[in-house]
Amino acid sequence: MLRYALKRLISLMISLAVASVVIFAVIEVAPGDPASFMLGVNAQEDTLAALRAELGLDGSKIQRYFSWVGGMLMGDFGTSYTYRTPVSQMIADRLWVSLPLALYALTLSTLIAFPAGIYAAARRGKPGDLTVMGATQLGIAVPNFWFAMMLVLIFAINLRWFNAGGFAGWDTGFWTGLHSLTLPAIALALPQAAILARVMRSSLLDILGEDFMRTARAKGLTRRQALWRHGVRNALIPVLTIIGLQFSFLLAGSIIIEQVFYLPGLGRLVFQAISARDLIVVESVVMLLVFAVITVNFLVDLAYAAVDPRLRSRT
Amino acid sequence: MTKQMFRSFASALAVGASLFATQALAKSDITIAMQLEPPHLDPTSAAAQAIDSVVYTNIFEGLTRFMGDGSVVPGLAESWEISEDGTVYTFKLHDGVTFHDGTTMDAEDVKFSLDRATAEDSANAQKALFAGIESVEVMGPLTVKVTLSAPNGNFLFNLAWGDAVIVAPESIENIKTNPVGTGAFTFGEWVQGDSITLNRNPDYWGEQPALETATFKFISDPTAAFAAMMAEDVDVFDNFPAPENLPQFEADPRFQVLVGSTEGETILSTNNKQPPFDDIRVRQAVAHAIDRQAIIDGAMFGYGTPIGTHFAPHNPAYVDLTGKSAYDPKKAAQLLADAGYEKGLETTLHLPPPSYARRGGEIVAAQLAEVGIQAEIINVEWAQWLESVFKGKDFGLTIVSHTEPMDIGIYARPDYYFQYDSVDFQTLMNTLNETTDPDERKKLLGEAQRLISNDYVNGYLFQLAKLGVARAGVQGLWKNAPTAAIDLTEISWSE
Repeated sequence: MLRYALKRLISLMISLAVASVVIFAVIEVAPGDPASFMLGVNAQEDTLAALRAELGLDGSKIQRYFSWVGGMLMGDFGTSYTYRTPVSQMIADRLWVSLPLALYALTLSTLIAFPAGIYAAARRGKPGDLTVMGATQLGIAVPNFWFAMMLVLIFAINLRWFNAGGFAGWDTGFWTGLHSLTLPAIALALPQAAILARVMRSSLLDILGEDFMRTARAKGLTRRQALWRHGVRNALIPVLTIIGLQFSFLLAGSIIIEQVFYLPGLGRLVFQAISARDLIVVESVVMLLVFAVITVNFLVDLAYAAVDPRLRSRT
Repeated sequence: MTKQMFRSFASALAVGASLFATQALAKSDITIAMQLEPPHLDPTSAAAQAIDSVVYTNIFEGLTRFMGDGSVVPGLAESWEISEDGTVYTFKLHDGVTFHDGTTMDAEDVKFSLDRATAEDSANAQKALFAGIESVEVMGPLTVKVTLSAPNGNFLFNLAWGDAVIVAPESIENIKTNPVGTGAFTFGEWVQGDSITLNRNPDYWGEQPALETATFKFISDPTAAFAAMMAEDVDVFDNFPAPENLPQFEADPRFQVLVGSTEGETILSTNNKQPPFDDIRVRQAVAHAIDRQAIIDGAMFGYGTPIGTHFAPHNPAYVDLTGKSAYDPKKAAQLLADAGYEKGLETTLHLPPPSYARRGGEIVAAQLAEVGIQAEIINVEWAQWLESVFKGKDFGLTIVSHTEPMDIGIYARPDYYFQYDSVDFQTLMNTLNETTDPDERKKLLGEAQRLISNDYVNGYLFQLAKLGVARAGVQGLWKNAPTAAIDLTEISWSE
């Protein structure tokens, strides 16, 4: 087990190193000079040169790559070109919005998907199943930003139950903060819930055909008891895998929703930083997301291996 | 029993009345939305207009300042004397002005600010504004003498820019995140990505503003802007990004729509040194191929004033030259044929992100195609535009709004991206700079406008409109935008 973990760890390191090179290269290749973006069309050449020197943009690309990676290893993500504040501080601030939003959306999507998927599986082929499946089809097809606009129109503009956007901040209280994340969380959650419900349903249907389910019924359990005690529990494994994937998607992929609801999250930070050519911010945030995804995969690998000994010997 | 009931009824009434009374008191806070977030808060070291929108006249003040109608009035300088030859300005500063950190604003601070802007390692985005300054001398605690190398009729105007505000050496180090100025509002809090809050400065030297706090919120998405306004989450949207929604606000008694003018000349910028545009006949053909009103109607939903030269129509010195380049596709085709392009020609049209460019560009390309000019549309981000068009000069045509006030002087710079190189114009600008007599200046400015219009340097489209939306009770907002600013000092709520 230890050897397996070590092997996985080395492959994780290599993936991270490769990712850092790719991210740096791709972002630096894009045309656009941060200094001239900041100083605009009337800037004089000597002013631009002074700013480039101040930002550390006058060194060679290779030098800059190593100072970036070296800094990150020491926990220093550098200083934003435009905001002039430490990138690590900015990321930490934004995570306080993006992380709760992702968790909130994930919770909602699970709360919707589980009952819907189980209900549909239990009523396979009946009108209830068809209704749920039809609704999930729609949920997958509707783009979440359009859905977000509809939510705003109904609940913010007409009913006035929520603000049209913005984040109240956690210092105004937990419930106020949660309240302002509710519409974006619903908009993010519904398409995910639709996918998750379908996975739940098909996974449960597979289990329902297994021999042990027949045995459970034979020993005297009702349909409902068998479904809950043996069916749902066994159907959870593929569902949990999907939930894990969805979480990293929600964390990294809420850029558009954060624009529609003008939330100060990670997605908006990246969006602003790209248009301002704040390269160091873009590189560091993308690297952080890559790190998060790779680490989650690493932990999942370890968990699988702990559950299934065959995986250990295979590698 | 009945007595008691009556008493509680009466007290309930009293509570209700007092509630009503506090409600009737005018609101003293306001939430103002704008599209872009400032990168930092130092107006003297960046070009971002969002910085000026938040800090200009609110946190920072200069020796002179712009008013909403575009006039330049005294700011921190109470008065000034100009020497006979126009090269020495002696400013007398207001007494009793302090910075927000309690330090006094005096002649030393003025010298520090101007020296900082002109220094070799200056990061000022408009360094050219200060180019003529030869020396700044402190003559007394409240007297400063500025000597110019040559007379400059624009000097007081230049000092009104946000890039020329007075800063203090004591607080300069953290100015980007904690701006300390002399204005009527102090910096409160900045939740990056979300909002900036300013508070009233009780020690302000001038008149106390009506507002106690002001919050600037950053909403970039046009749909979100509409929703935030409709839900009354924000009280004012400074420059509303979705003109198509304005009729809806106009029809709603909860809102007011303010349509004004900006300093943004929106032009079809042309690469004067790149064939075929080095031929004046081709440039003239482009000018006649364009139907300005169709572009204003189609891209800006009718908001915007047609222009025939690079000058703001609300300026007293403006000359209407739209007739020089009236829409005439037949003439355009004829001019192209004369220049040897009977079969038409191909070029590129670079479009930066704002909707005036992206929407306007589609219409311009269609209009050009009708006379035989095939313009390939290339959408670019601002950073790319600066790199390839502005710096690299690798373009045929591009649409951009030149938002700096009184910027006709850019035509005197042969290395400027549209590369107009005319000795006549350069001489004219030199004469203008040395002229301080207002009438004479007006005449020269008229000549300058005619000159670039006759040379068909660029396609002149329209003056960008400023489209503000606000709750009905908000008063004192700037209708026009002589500079990027949201002047809070005049804003109040009506009862």
